[in-house]
Amino acid sequence: MTALPPRASSLPLLAVTGLEQSFGGVMALAGVSFQVAEGLIYAVIGPNGAGKTTLFNALCGFYQPSAGSIRFADRELLGLPPYRIAARGVARTFQNLQLFFNMTVIENVMVGCHLRAKTHLFAAALRLPGIRRQEHQLRAWAMEALELCELADRAGQPASALPYGLMKRVEIARALAAKPRLLLLDEPAAGLNDTETLALRDLIARIRDSGVTVLLVEHHMPLVMGVSDRLLVLDYGSVLAEGTPADIQNDARVVAAYLGGAVSYAV
Amino acid sequence: MRLAGFYAFAAAVALLPALFPDNYFVVVIGASAGLNVILAVGLNLLMGYAGQISLGHAAFFGVGAYASAILTTRFGWPSLLALAAGLLAAGLLAWGFARPILRLRGHYLAMATLGFGVIAHVVMVQATHWTGGPDGLAGIPPLNVLGWRVEGDLQWYGVIMAAMLLAVWLSLNLVDSQVGRALRAVHGSEFAAQMMGVDTARAKTQAFVVSALFAAFAGSLFAHQQAFVSPDSFNLAVSVELVTMVVLGGLASTFGAVCGAIALTLLQQGLVVFEDYEMLVHGALLMAVMIFMPQGLFVGLTQAVRRLGSALVGSKPPAAA
Repeated sequence: MTALPPRASSLPLLAVTGLEQSFGGVMALAGVSFQVAEGLIYAVIGPNGAGKTTLFNALCGFYQPSAGSIRFADRELLGLPPYRIAARGVARTFQNLQLFFNMTVIENVMVGCHLRAKTHLFAAALRLPGIRRQEHQLRAWAMEALELCELADRAGQPASALPYGLMKRVEIARALAAKPRLLLLDEPAAGLNDTETLALRDLIARIRDSGVTVLLVEHHMPLVMGVSDRLLVLDYGSVLAEGTPADIQNDARVVAAYLGGAVSYAV
Repeated sequence: MRLAGFYAFAAAVALLPALFPDNYFVVVIGASAGLNVILAVGLNLLMGYAGQISLGHAAFFGVGAYASAILTTRFGWPSLLALAAGLLAAGLLAWGFARPILRLRGHYLAMATLGFGVIAHVVMVQATHWTGGPDGLAGIPPLNVLGWRVEGDLQWYGVIMAAMLLAVWLSLNLVDSQVGRALRAVHGSEFAAQMMGVDTARAKTQAFVVSALFAAFAGSLFAHQQAFVSPDSFNLAVSVELVTMVVLGGLASTFGAVCGAIALTLLQQGLVVFEDYEMLVHGALLMAVMIFMPQGLFVGLTQAVRRLGSALVGSKPPAAA
């Protein structure tokens, strides 16, 4: 699969300015600003506790930052509840699995399609004629996402019966089923073996090539350096550096704070 | 087929009085079990699927019953109109309470719903002018469905079973739809459900209101069937019994709730022979089921039947379903 060149756009898809979030006096985010152009894989790296997951949770509306702004497609996200942010076209996966273990794989992914079809409670209870067609459509959309993630053969299994690596991929399929413009991946490679990580790398590239902008938090440096178009380095809640993978690997401050010594991450 | 289990159940319900004609046990206990099934299936939507507990569900059962009792005896309303008013009242009450109550979780939600149930019971006892107080309201006219007056045990069996099958059908439809999946998602991970665009507060409110409507529906039928209501039928013990039915049958399964409701109704009838030790045996049986069938009666029994089946056939591995 050939990677498309990053699309040039005058307006960034996501523009975060001066974002601040504190927890009882600890500044988890101390004025973070960055911009993500549409169509890129944009990685956020940094040591543990640097504020990466806090940043994700603030972007999704789970935290209420004390200052700053989050503009997505030129509209403010700050202050919206998570389900409204999802409706604007933001989807995510979770560092700690948040699958619906009380459902099958395809049902999980069908919940991902929640925003693409409205169902009225009474229409559903009475199984009005439109519902059957809609169920068919939702199932087809969910299968599309499962096929992209190479999970089609697992569709009918209970989500709880899958091995860990596949559970993480179901989360990605579920997020993709929402047809997001921006996909947030929170440590998708954590707990995966080398083969699975390579497959993940291809999958992330495929997602980007399908037109979805990807924001990636990840510790696996070969993966990050190999797949990302640009990187943001956080340290103690502040931006330490921003640039292409080559820029970052040659940045003396980043090497000192995080990467630890001159290492080349060719993949 | 999606509704195969439902059709089998409906056939069994229709055949029972034909197989056992003029059997008091079948039609009277059957009708009583039917009302419990409506209550349990409704509560299961809230507890089993949406994962929210309610220890005050008898209150909504009471709202439906008292709405029918008061409106038909004191105001001479037609019974179907009174039933509709009962549904409306229970729905509005549930909707009004849902937002503040469903912000709570776990023990706190249990306490809040318990308080709600207790308050509702106190109102039934104290508002003597309307409810007749502890003595209750008697002389409720028979249910009148477009000119047909429902009278006699067999007719009541038919009406309650039809209502029960409607409740089961609605529940099966709801669970297997986008609305039902959103509810189950709230139970599975509220965090992720929100991120999939599910308005979780709204989903929980819907579940609460729908389960209240099921309970009020059963309550109206109960009032007409008994021709008498009193607060004792809607106290805390009844709420706890409803929760027991849902848990006993197996959470998050419509037929589990059906099984639990039928089992508990039969148990209460069957244990009469133990006289003073009735409650002791009752409690011991419930404990045994929870220890040996933690997923509930429905899953436990179907697995037992499957094991028995494969044991009879030989040591062949079970065929893929």
